[in-house]
Amino acid sequence: MGEIIVEEKGKKGGKRQAKKHSTRIDMTPMVDLMCLLITFFMLTTAFSKPKVMVITMPEKSDNPDEKRPEIPKNRTLNIILTGDHKVFYYIGIADPKKPAEMPLLVKSDFSKDGIRKALLVRNKDLFTKIAELRDKRLTGKIVMADTTAENEVKRLKKEDKKGPIVLIKADEKAKYSDIVNIIDEMAICNIASYAVVDVSPVEIDMVKNAPK
Amino acid sequence: MPKIKHPARSPHIDMTPMVDLFSLLLTFFMLTTSFRPQEAAPIETPSSVSEKQAPDNDIMTVYLSKDGKVFFNIDNGKDTSTHFRSKLVQKMGEQYKITFTPQELDKFGKLSSFGMPIKDLKAWIRAADPKDRDKLQTGIPTDSTDNQFAWWIRMARLTNLQAEVAIKGDAETDYTVVKKIMDLLQDNKVNKFNLVTNLQKEDIGLKDVPK
Repeated sequence: MGEIIVEEKGKKGGKRQAKKHSTRIDMTPMVDLMCLLITFFMLTTAFSKPKVMVITMPEKSDNPDEKRPEIPKNRTLNIILTGDHKVFYYIGIADPKKPAEMPLLVKSDFSKDGIRKALLVRNKDLFTKIAELRDKRLTGKIVMADTTAENEVKRLKKEDKKGPIVLIKADEKAKYSDIVNIIDEMAICNIASYAVVDVSPVEIDMVKNAPK
Repeated sequence: MPKIKHPARSPHIDMTPMVDLFSLLLTFFMLTTSFRPQEAAPIETPSSVSEKQAPDNDIMTVYLSKDGKVFFNIDNGKDTSTHFRSKLVQKMGEQYKITFTPQELDKFGKLSSFGMPIKDLKAWIRAADPKDRDKLQTGIPTDSTDNQFAWWIRMARLTNLQAEVAIKGDAETDYTVVKKIMDLLQDNKVNKFNLVTNLQKEDIGLKDVPK
């Protein structure tokens, strides 16, 4: 420790010693302050930018007579979202004019064995192709840039002719999280084509009469 | 046997390295910080697997709170000279016959998300206390008789045509509210939406393919 002892010879003859001063500065208050500031900045910092999920809706047309694209009946998978995070789905088209041909409504949910399994069963081909591509890239069997892989997935989706065409419908009891979850399932299951559309009165009746 | 005497140690700890480290951290945080923008209502977003990041600039955000209130926010643009916010509020003033002073326009440019009937906007801008300001945030009217939200969207689209639309809704918001907002946006030729979500990874691969 550095100490300076100043010896002074006083005029009055007696020896006087100056007070001993330590050169060490007590840093505790400084550390305290810094801790406080760091905590403040850490809490107010928005580190992770929010993530977004992009959804493109079909353009609204002003012309009601405009022909809608024909969808193959057996490939159509209708998903109806309703209250209590319940999910219903059916295959085909529910036509109120043909009550005898009403499709069967199946109850499902957002669990792993719920709607995801139903989607995967129907989208097996495309999903397998995309999953294989991903696995090959992960294990290093093929080297591919991210953008190339993305384009490849896009091409696979475009070429797919077997997978379901999913129509997502939500009634007024559905919550926002339901719609986000179902679109998310589309992304997870690599569904090539899906759209969010309005629910029809027939379908509301179907859900009402569905077995509990 | 005589005990070994330990040399007397100073109780002082040398804090210099600690201070060094803290200074470094502090500088880092001060420089990298971008303050979390104040939001009108607490919103808990649903989660998804999407890893796409929200754009920094040219984005208008529609906030939907749990109870169905609608708030709106638009950024000033990448270029500091564009002042989209001030231009937007001036256009809205012309629409609703309210004149804003240059000071008010300037102050509005520095604020963030808002949601109140247009008649309260002046009071909201002028409010000195953030608490008073929050009290005025009652949501933008969206009913068909007085659809101010549709005008906000239209004017925002006219002000900044490149702006993408983000929807930040609470997980518990009713779908009907979301649907109404999306319909209004589609009326203004917005067909692409960025839904703000939390990242939650899902591990799924070949093993999950049903036999």
